[in-house]
Amino acid sequence: MTLTSLAFYLFASVSVASAFMVIAARNPVYSVLFLILTFFNSAGLFVLLGAEFLALILVVVYVGAVAVLFLFIVMMLDIDFAELNEGFLQYMPIGATVGLILLLELLLVFGASSTLVDKGQLPSATPEGMTNAEALGRVLYTDYIFLFQTAGAILLVAMIGAIVLTLVKSNNPKRQDIAKQNARTREDAVELVDIKPGEGI
Amino acid sequence: MIGLTHYLTLAAILFTIGVFGIFLNRKNVIIILMSIELMLLAVNINLVAFSAYLGDLVGQVFALLVLTVAAGEAAIGLAILVVYFRNRGGIAIEDVSQMKG
Repeated sequence: MTLTSLAFYLFASVSVASAFMVIAARNPVYSVLFLILTFFNSAGLFVLLGAEFLALILVVVYVGAVAVLFLFIVMMLDIDFAELNEGFLQYMPIGATVGLILLLELLLVFGASSTLVDKGQLPSATPEGMTNAEALGRVLYTDYIFLFQTAGAILLVAMIGAIVLTLVKSNNPKRQDIAKQNARTREDAVELVDIKPGEGI
Repeated sequence: MIGLTHYLTLAAILFTIGVFGIFLNRKNVIIILMSIELMLLAVNINLVAFSAYLGDLVGQVFALLVLTVAAGEAAIGLAILVVYFRNRGGIAIEDVSQMKG
């Protein structure tokens, strides 16, 4: 067994186990942490496949942004998780049936397909004498520039949508009113009070 | 020797776990969103594995776009969840059908 196979089986087994824990954990905080573990191991698999840039992006985007967002929401919302977990096993039979059928079908497709001949060790898609990020950039910024820009637009819309959805209009907003500021005079802003010595106001 | 079928099998297992998670946690929206993330991750593994198998970088470009959409979907989904929680004081998914306009 080569080092590559050993690394594959390590990453694959840990990611499958932690993915199962994501859906099985009672506490959603643990679920999020197992999700992070799954993504880390998938990033390792991407490195094995020669997609180093995607592996790093996976860690940055998923672990750095999405998982932290999930963690933030889980901790911010005051949810009674014990109540949510009631009837946890009620859907177990139907879910297990559907999942098993889906898995068997997918594996049958791989087994029966004549076009998916295993060529042995997978080659890296990166051309010789080029880093993965450079090669990916050349493809992305020439042939797929419009898709790239569409992705940017999707992110912009998502950002605006999230802000619009969660923005709360305050009853007493402390906003700057320039006309009101300019209309102020010394007379209605300052008052001089004569106080006799030895007395309070 | 680790070939294409190894990666496809792993992705199939991860995808099935995602589907199973949606069935299992019918009440908890956060777990359902995480299951969707798992399914998208499985799709990404497929795309990258085929990219290496065919020696074509386009698969990695598509994986990048799937990643973008997944990030946007998580942000919007969690924003909707926050608004829903603010309105109802809980995130039980059975009441979602009562939402109007």
